[in-house]
Amino acid sequence: MKDGIITFSRLPKITSYYSVVGSKEHNGPLGDYFDEWCEGDKFGKDSWEKAESEMQRRALAGALRKGNLVSDSLDVILAGDLLNQCVGSTYGLADFNVPYLGLYGACSTCAESILLASCLYGGGLASLCGAVTSSHYCSSERQFRFPLEYGGQRTPTAQWTTTGSGAFIIGGEGKVSIKNAMVGRIVNKGISDINNMGAAMAPAVIDTLTRYFSESTHSPEDFDLIITGDLGYEGSEIIKDLLLGKGIDIRKNHVDCGLMIFNRDTQDVHAGGSGCGCSAVVMASSIVPNLERGVIKNVLFLGTGALMSPMTLSQGESIPAVAHLVHLSSN
Amino acid sequence: MDIVINCLKAFLIGGAFCVVAQLLIDKTKLTPARILVCYVCVGVFLTAIGVYGPIVDFAGCGATVPLTGFGYAIANGVKTAIDEKGALGILTGGITGTAGGITAALCFGLIASLIFKSKPKD
Amino acid sequence: MDKKEYIEYVESRSKKSPILQNLIRAFLLGGAICTLGQALLELYRLFIVELKDAQSLVSITLIAIAILLTGIGIFDNIARVAGAGTLVPITGFANAIASCAIDTKSEGFVMGVGAKIFSISGPVILFGTFSGVIYGIIYYIASMIWG
Repeated sequence: MKDGIITFSRLPKITSYYSVVGSKEHNGPLGDYFDEWCEGDKFGKDSWEKAESEMQRRALAGALRKGNLVSDSLDVILAGDLLNQCVGSTYGLADFNVPYLGLYGACSTCAESILLASCLYGGGLASLCGAVTSSHYCSSERQFRFPLEYGGQRTPTAQWTTTGSGAFIIGGEGKVSIKNAMVGRIVNKGISDINNMGAAMAPAVIDTLTRYFSESTHSPEDFDLIITGDLGYEGSEIIKDLLLGKGIDIRKNHVDCGLMIFNRDTQDVHAGGSGCGCSAVVMASSIVPNLERGVIKNVLFLGTGALMSPMTLSQGESIPAVAHLVHLSSN
Repeated sequence: MDIVINCLKAFLIGGAFCVVAQLLIDKTKLTPARILVCYVCVGVFLTAIGVYGPIVDFAGCGATVPLTGFGYAIANGVKTAIDEKGALGILTGGITGTAGGITAALCFGLIASLIFKSKPKD
Repeated sequence: MDKKEYIEYVESRSKKSPILQNLIRAFLLGGAICTLGQALLELYRLFIVELKDAQSLVSITLIAIAILLTGIGIFDNIARVAGAGTLVPITGFANAIASCAIDTKSEGFVMGVGAKIFSISGPVILFGTFSGVIYGIIYYIASMIWG
């Protein structure tokens, strides 16, 4: 690790990937690109938490199937979700019988898991790793906000948790490689409004991106896309504005998974999508396939996570955030 | 004709109570839960100082249906109970005054949880 | 940019709720619910002599309607539009209780529904009852002195 940037002695590649989503995501702009979806978001289960676990199971099973792999070939699975104690992952992935590390990075977990899987492969510690992430609107709403049937009004800066799970298998084969990565620092700029997570997470993205561009030889123009996880409209505008003030212009190539997954005009999601499933399914359905085809060559992916709990919020604490960076490149 | 006028009064006053709450939601950092707590306490207070009774007389359900009316029922219950039973009424009156509403909400809520399931949102 | 500056920066730029529209919707829907209540009251008064009993029955009817709408998954859609218009009338209280009950069913009826049914509406009952007790003490003392 030189100046915070992680480079790998052997280049990790995305061997396989798979996305599973709910019906609202299926009806969104990227609907046709997801590998699998379920009407009614229950995935054949009787509780939302079980549905989320089932989504993870289907995502990893799908990624293995797509890559003609068996679960025994995985050395380790790195997985996480938004539920307390990461139960979405543990219950969903138990049957694969593969060594497992649970992660919690809130909505940055997708980038975090790809980053760590790349480190394990790149450092020669593992030859094939799974990186799985999920979020479910219904289970998150119950845990972080209100009961589903509670009648409340959302503010325009509020975001909509994505129902989806994305699985990536990192190994030596594949057309998309992870060139380098950077672990984010915890940044807390005092935002305590749970309905403005974009603004709470934006400073973490700014911190990671300024560090990345000052430590690496790259500049924003080197990338076809600089894609953030779930800043939504509010957070995206903030990072473009504030980074411009620091002399980093990402206005041309910045996109946000939270803005891509839903149609904000017709789907009543206010500032856009959120949740760790959001970046996972957008990457697995739209970004990685285009890198494989060579339509785009270099992508900076920043997973953004808001690291609060309902308890810290009710104790009046502001929201700490983190943004992990992964540099993806087509071979 | 009386009915129409009564309904109109209920509409205007009831709507006004909601507008004030909406203003508090949008303009202050108060969460809806805090606003509702304030409404009930304000209802008790206004009834205690003799202001809310006349509002109820004027607006009918426009004053009893909003949550301030819940406070009105509590304060009225307390007053009636003290008049009838003395000091014990301090503790028995509030819930007595609201017994119908709370019991109905609890029982119907339980029945609803037996029948219905929460649905995904679009 | 320190914390204070950043909070001010965010507040200055973040999109605000459409206040006028919200106020109008809250007024119309909140007013409509109270009007429905009044109409029911007029109806019940035909059979029930005691005004207080008729008022209680109105509350119970509105609660039943709100809980039914919550159960079939319509209430939250109305509330998304109405805001305080459905929150402030007794319907909001009923929805808070029913939504908690339906939502926690998956954790069982005792520790789920039973324990969590008041998780949103509890504060209203607690502080309403408590302020009633304070009023009761004052009223009792006052009526001892002047009564």
